[in-house]
Amino acid sequence: MATQHSRAAARIMMAPAVILLLGWMLVPLTMTLYFSFKNYLPLRGGDLGWAGFENYTRFVTSSSFWPSILTTLIIVGGVLFITVVFGVLLALLLDRPMWGQGIVRILVIAPFFVMPTVSALVWKNMFMDPTNGLFAHLWRAFGAQPVEWMSQASLPSIIIIVSWQWLPFATLILLTAIQSLDGEQLEASEMDGAPALKRFWYIILPHLSRAITVVILIQTIFLLAVFAEIFVTTGGAFGTKTLSYLIFQRVLESQNIGLGSAGGVYAIILANIIAIFLMRIVGKNLDN
Amino acid sequence: MARTVTTRQKALNTTLAWAIGLLIFFPILWTILTSFKTEGQAISDPPIFLFFDWTLENYAIVQERSDYLRFLTNSVIIAVGSTLLGIVVAVPAAWSMAFVPSKRTKDILMWMLSTKMLPAVGVLYPIYLLFIKLGLLDNRWGLVVVLMLINLPIIVWMLYTYFKEIPGEILEAARMDGATLREEILYILTPMAVPGIASTILLNVILAWNEAFWTLNLTAAKAAPLTAFIASYSSPEGLFYAKLSAASTMAIAPILIMGWFSQKQLVRGLTFGAVK
Amino acid sequence: MKYTVRALLGATALCSAAALAHAETLTIATVNNGDMIRMQGLTDDFTAKTGHTVEWVTLEENVLRQRVTTDISTNGGAFDIMTIGMYETPIWGANGWLVPLDDLSEEYNVADILPAMAGGLSYDGTLYAAPFYGESSMIMYRTDLMEKAGLEMPTAPTWSFIREAAAAMTDRDADINGICLRGKAGWGEGGAFITAMGNSFGAQWFDMDWNATFDGEAWANTLNFFKGMMDESGPAGYATNGFNENLSLFQQGKCGMWIDATVAASFVTNPNDSTVADSVGFALAPDNGLGKRSNWLWAWALAIPAGSQKTDAAKQFIEWATSTSYIELVAANEGWANVPPGARVSLYENPNYKDVPFAQMTLDSILSADPLNATVNEAPYVGVQFAAIPEFAGIATDVSQEFSAAYAGQQTVEEALAKAQALTNDAMEAAGYR
Repeated sequence: MATQHSRAAARIMMAPAVILLLGWMLVPLTMTLYFSFKNYLPLRGGDLGWAGFENYTRFVTSSSFWPSILTTLIIVGGVLFITVVFGVLLALLLDRPMWGQGIVRILVIAPFFVMPTVSALVWKNMFMDPTNGLFAHLWRAFGAQPVEWMSQASLPSIIIIVSWQWLPFATLILLTAIQSLDGEQLEASEMDGAPALKRFWYIILPHLSRAITVVILIQTIFLLAVFAEIFVTTGGAFGTKTLSYLIFQRVLESQNIGLGSAGGVYAIILANIIAIFLMRIVGKNLDN
Repeated sequence: MARTVTTRQKALNTTLAWAIGLLIFFPILWTILTSFKTEGQAISDPPIFLFFDWTLENYAIVQERSDYLRFLTNSVIIAVGSTLLGIVVAVPAAWSMAFVPSKRTKDILMWMLSTKMLPAVGVLYPIYLLFIKLGLLDNRWGLVVVLMLINLPIIVWMLYTYFKEIPGEILEAARMDGATLREEILYILTPMAVPGIASTILLNVILAWNEAFWTLNLTAAKAAPLTAFIASYSSPEGLFYAKLSAASTMAIAPILIMGWFSQKQLVRGLTFGAVK
Repeated sequence: MKYTVRALLGATALCSAAALAHAETLTIATVNNGDMIRMQGLTDDFTAKTGHTVEWVTLEENVLRQRVTTDISTNGGAFDIMTIGMYETPIWGANGWLVPLDDLSEEYNVADILPAMAGGLSYDGTLYAAPFYGESSMIMYRTDLMEKAGLEMPTAPTWSFIREAAAAMTDRDADINGICLRGKAGWGEGGAFITAMGNSFGAQWFDMDWNATFDGEAWANTLNFFKGMMDESGPAGYATNGFNENLSLFQQGKCGMWIDATVAASFVTNPNDSTVADSVGFALAPDNGLGKRSNWLWAWALAIPAGSQKTDAAKQFIEWATSTSYIELVAANEGWANVPPGARVSLYENPNYKDVPFAQMTLDSILSADPLNATVNEAPYVGVQFAAIPEFAGIATDVSQEFSAAYAGQQTVEEALAKAQALTNDAMEAAGYR
């Protein structure tokens, strides 16, 4: 079906998107690479000449570098784990017959519409504040000492906030996948008297694997860039500095564009490692 | 649906689902409630849920301080504009990927997605300098283009998965019947693709609406959307929970309402090819 | 169109100089503090006088800093006026990024600006930003609780008295913390407080060779004293409390003492917002017998980026917003307690302002802070709660994050200081100081 002619047409149709994205990738990438080899300090007069690989070594040997990688992975991993596990459970529940399913679905997807800045502000101030937050009121009502969320449980707090925002997304995709599950197959196994757990493990979960992969892929892309939630809540203190937050500090707080750009290059490398990793699993899962 | 369900089971499901649904929704509900309280009531211990003196004072203060409609207009233009522009660019690309696939289609898709992994702060300076050169600083159309580029990979990906589900045989059958390419696109493909395009538009309007890095850093007064509106209420001096809640409610209400009304559309399309 | 004509006519009637220039629209970036929000509300007065209109970009402090710094260092020109502080002004002025304010009108009377403020907002003797309001820090305390504890606040207390009083005032059952201080990470938050406090303990950021001094005894004493006192008598979660958090705690009656910005005085004595408005006393920030007090000096000021096309209109705005007639305008609308403080000498000579309970203590605090000579031992930098070098903001944010982690008990004071020492020296080396 794909003739020589249609191939050429296809290429033309694809061109605008590819060229635009190539530009969007290459222009900043080239500039980042250029700056990363420069001693570029705006507050000291701008371009102070070439720096060789100094920015790269300095960024990597800074005591914050490896912890920031670890923090990034913990946040991405933690949120993925929570959203996938609870997403599956919630999707299973929502798939069951009940009254007012439409309204429940509306309630569940609502967090997805909230701006990250707003949700971080609301959670931090109105829920997790150790004096005036709702959690503090609740803890005190039971005679417990309120948790100082942002300092004592900083990473879990951020993971909770981000998971709250992304749980709806995971749930919805998984729900659509569950709904497409062949009813007869399930029924047959029900007749056979297979216990619920077994049914879940051998029929439902394999069916969901594709949807789970998609959830992991799309969410990872967004989670690597998590920023507002950290900026608003802890400002990078208490071990919540992710790689992108560290770059932010170098670029905007220290005003060291060269150093920040070198960090940007590391972030691109990290993203690509994760991308290749994802492609291995996702690509395989999506192909068949 | 031959599965028989007892009323008891259904009641149990309902209770559990409603409880979880309300729990997930609670932070938003609480924000909306707080926006109608006075600052004092907003922090009172024990917290007051419904029986407080409902007041619109906070909304009045917020409106007096910032021109909500201007921020709203900018948000709408940026979110809708970038999405529509993205659709225009992405439809042909997704189309050709779905119907004339080559060995590299998957790689191109993955590459497109990987451009989203660039950390935005790392390229703030380059982009800012570029925007100055092009005179696009604090310009809505500049942001429309940037947000279009940011979301383009997602748009292409979503459209691709929808188009792929359209069976090729239908096209061939139409061609046999003597349909021209124009007729083929207009009468056969478009109607089949509309639900997919609709949910793509919805999802991307949401993503663009909530984007808070570029929209904040590339604007000043003229093009600032609701994300900048929020940044002026985030932690002012003194008690601020009620005012923050009012501003938050104003910032999320339009998109929340849109989302709720189009919920069915959105849900139907949100598969990303996860369902075969 | 009609409006412009009318505005122009109005301007002609009021001010002939303005009529020559055509009406401009100024874009002004500012912070979302109470005094600035008040200024926004009064913008109509400026428009009526000059014909120029104003578009406000009001942002939370951290976002504002990030936004204006990006714009000025790239010569972006997004703003005609920026609200900046005493830290940025000399650095930006030295880079030639700001329009010098050396030709302000006679009537504006530059000489009336408090010398400490004018000094901090100048580089090489030239004023680069006009102070909108200025502040130092001082002790605000609850007179009723102090009395209940059987103590009396001296006008110039020592740290050991403060610690004692804090312990005596603390009543955990009644939810009263003896003392509330900033522990929040960020150079302008907890970083500013601990630096100013360190001054009174003989600590400083750098020695004369730009080496970090966190391995010295003075810093260990400062941090141990701070953490010890706050653990005894401070509120839960103080490691995340900044100015706003403490303000709301104090207003709710949950703090016995609070050492913070002098501008907070008008908030805690305002009965509309504060439950303790009628029982607040003031005292100078504490010292430690080493000859330096622990109060800082800061000003929020208006400056014009060198790239601006609307310099004349921008200068008109700055003259309007930082003038004595603006102060009178606010006084007429909101009362004398709410005028922007700490910028002009004449305000403190004004008989109407003398009745304001915190006026004298604010002035005394401002006068006792000396950015040129803030530390016990000689230091190579200018600034009280900061060092006016470009690298400081980045370094101090990192350092204060380590300190906050120590306050929260996630590491010991020694560990925090060791890390601070290493990262400061590293950054200074990168910047070519050492």
